Amino acid sequence: MERSKSDVWVGLFVLIGAAALLFLALQSANLLSLNFQKTYGVTARFDNIGGLKPQTAVKSSGVVVGRVESITFDDKSFQASVSLALQTRYSFPKDSSLKILTSGLLGEQYIGIEAGADEKNLQAGDTITSTQSAVVLENLIGQFLYNKAAEGGNSSSNSSGNTSGNSNKK
Amino acid sequence: MSFWKPADIGFAVRGKLGDVGFASRLLMRLVQHAGFSFRRFGLIRDQVHFLGNYSLAIIAVSGLFVGFVLALQGYYTLQRYGSADALGLLVALSLVRELGPVVAALLFAGRAGTSLTAEIGLMRAGEQLSAMEMMAVDPVQRILAPRFWGGVIAMPLLAAVFSAVGVIGGWAVGVLMLGIDPGAFWGQMQGGVDVWRDVGNGVIKSVVFGITVTFVALLQGYRAQPTPEGVSRATTRTVVVASLAVLGLDFVLTALMFSI
Repeated sequence: MERSKSDVWVGLFVLIGAAALLFLALQSANLLSLNFQKTYGVTARFDNIGGLKPQTAVKSSGVVVGRVESITFDDKSFQASVSLALQTRYSFPKDSSLKILTSGLLGEQYIGIEAGADEKNLQAGDTITSTQSAVVLENLIGQFLYNKAAEGGNSSSNSSGNTSGNSNKK
Repeated sequence: MSFWKPADIGFAVRGKLGDVGFASRLLMRLVQHAGFSFRRFGLIRDQVHFLGNYSLAIIAVSGLFVGFVLALQGYYTLQRYGSADALGLLVALSLVRELGPVVAALLFAGRAGTSLTAEIGLMRAGEQLSAMEMMAVDPVQRILAPRFWGGVIAMPLLAAVFSAVGVIGGWAVGVLMLGIDPGAFWGQMQGGVDVWRDVGNGVIKSVVFGITVTFVALLQGYRAQPTPEGVSRATTRTVVVASLAVLGLDFVLTALMFSI
């Protein structure tokens, strides 16, 4: 195959295209942070996972230390069983606790891991049981209304009997 | 003639079926001749140069302006919800998933598809294709297949350039002009764009569009009436058919990818 003048330009074109794709992958999708680091698997049981999805970040003190691998439902304990892949370079005490948190008011949910005080560290295949479920807005509002109603009922029943000194109690 | 006589309907359907059969046979032959084309890579290289390099300017400039406009319009909507920081994510997702492949394909149809159709159509009108057949050279193998593969290679690269330049344009307007925090702009983008689900799907789309646009252009040129009028009609049809096919396929592909 003979060389031709257009070789240079075609080569440049292909390079520019590849660079654009690389730019998209690295700069906008941040391929590097997908880090192909070794992980170890840990399972956790939650009563309610809210809007948690696979690939959600697991953060400790706000730093990403792992990801959610998969979420299944355990029909023995009627709990959600979430398997996490934690990075091997981070180790956590055995009695660490998990919380489902929300970043910002309307943000994504993520799992926060809080270190415990155990001497031994979490091993691959361990199960974390001290978990705190996601906050479900409906339950929260329900609880709030229930408390409010109980309070209102209290104050009204009190006020009928004894009006003095009750109004500033709140 | 009345259009409702069964014979007329039958005639029309038979004619369309013939067209569809001709088109599928041509596509089949183009794919079959991939080996020949890639062995004589110089032919493909010249076509990539002709279709890709010369489209680079219009694609890059369009991408830049689409990025500018996306950032401005996105900011207008997002700041109502107090989430102007998500502008980077909005710009990147719209470009990578949708606008990059589609707008690049539409521009590619206008810039490169028409020239392919006109070239093939004029070769046909000048009976150059028949002359090649006389010399026992298969014009599909020698002329059409390299152009097809050149277009299929060039189109995804152009779409990637479009998206990348658009993201830079969005950055220019969002960060430099509207004063969004650059950390939030890139951070939101990097947090929300997935390499396989978003960038990968965009690449798949652009490959499909590359096949579609190039094939439509070649088919229209190959089937053109060998007259000046026929070539001009074929060129127009290339733009119309290719654009509609791209938009229709885009919906189908998006729906397919959405459900996965």
